[in-house]
Amino acid sequence: MQFESFSDFIAMGGYAFYVWLSFGVSTALILTLILSSIFGHKQVIKNIAIRVQREDRLRKVRKQNKNSTLSNVAPDITSDLSDNASSNTLTNELSKKEVQ
Amino acid sequence: MWKWLHPYANPEVSYHFVGKILPWLSALTAICLSIGVVWALAFAPADYQQGDSFRIFYIHVPAASLSMGIYFGMAIAAFTSMVWQFKLADASAAAMAPVGAVFTAIALITGAAWGKPMWGTWWIWDARLTSELILLFLYLGIIALHNAFEDKNLAGKAAGILTLVGVINLPIIKYSVEWWNTLHQGATVSKLGKPSMSADMLWPFLFCFLGFALLVAVIICIRFRSEILARNSIRPWVRKLALTQTSLVQHVTVENK
Repeated sequence: MQFESFSDFIAMGGYAFYVWLSFGVSTALILTLILSSIFGHKQVIKNIAIRVQREDRLRKVRKQNKNSTLSNVAPDITSDLSDNASSNTLTNELSKKEVQ
Repeated sequence: MWKWLHPYANPEVSYHFVGKILPWLSALTAICLSIGVVWALAFAPADYQQGDSFRIFYIHVPAASLSMGIYFGMAIAAFTSMVWQFKLADASAAAMAPVGAVFTAIALITGAAWGKPMWGTWWIWDARLTSELILLFLYLGIIALHNAFEDKNLAGKAAGILTLVGVINLPIIKYSVEWWNTLHQGATVSKLGKPSMSADMLWPFLFCFLGFALLVAVIICIRFRSEILARNSIRPWVRKLALTQTSLVQHVTVENK
């Protein structure tokens, strides 16, 4: 141990301000980076889940559409729902249904 | 001979592999970093000239060399993605940029806090300090480019070009203390042959350096996984993973209603 007492340790041989400034700022920056990285990861997963669920909902609504008499409105849209879900056309369709 | 590496080019395999090593890497980081920092702050001897202000060295030097090391890694990733159109390399470059920026900022701030008591000034526009500041701006530019485009491939390409152009800054930082007159002291640790440091200062330094390097790896791994998910969000495995990981929350909210 290089220091006689705890207050000696805090004093850092007269350089307390500079030493603790360095260690403090570094700790704060690193902690912020770690927390924002972890939070960002959760956020990415959440956003994807929200989007997937929205797409599933739209798909369900469209299926109901198809079964009802309104199915003739846009039967051809079914085909481009395979993967990335062209959300715009779907949302339009949904709002159309709501209006009617 | 290197064929065993091939499966890791698959985003899904990569994602799960990184997730598996992450806890071990984090534990090792915590051990190394706590040993290093406690040793540096309380047990390492004070410098005969600089006194206890020398303890800033144990953060400043690892942060500064890692800021350059991360840039170098990012440049390799950018080059790989540009030449071989390797998507995961783009994701890793995007994961590295913010980490590099933070460590550059730490190097600059601790440098200023060390310069004030030793040189009598927080800042001086000399070659070493200015080129390190330019490194920070390069990082910020690269982060901005990664976020500027909706299309991540296009963003990766633009950021990659800036990354590769900015590589010219690395030798300038490294050799600035030799090429120009400066207040900044020359190399202490990385001298080939014998480092001009006594062993009781060198050991805590090595622990700090290893600890910070591992910490960088851990943060990059976390960000790399997010980048993989964000770039592959259409893939079935990502959709499934996102749904299963958020399903618990969903059930709770449903029950509350």
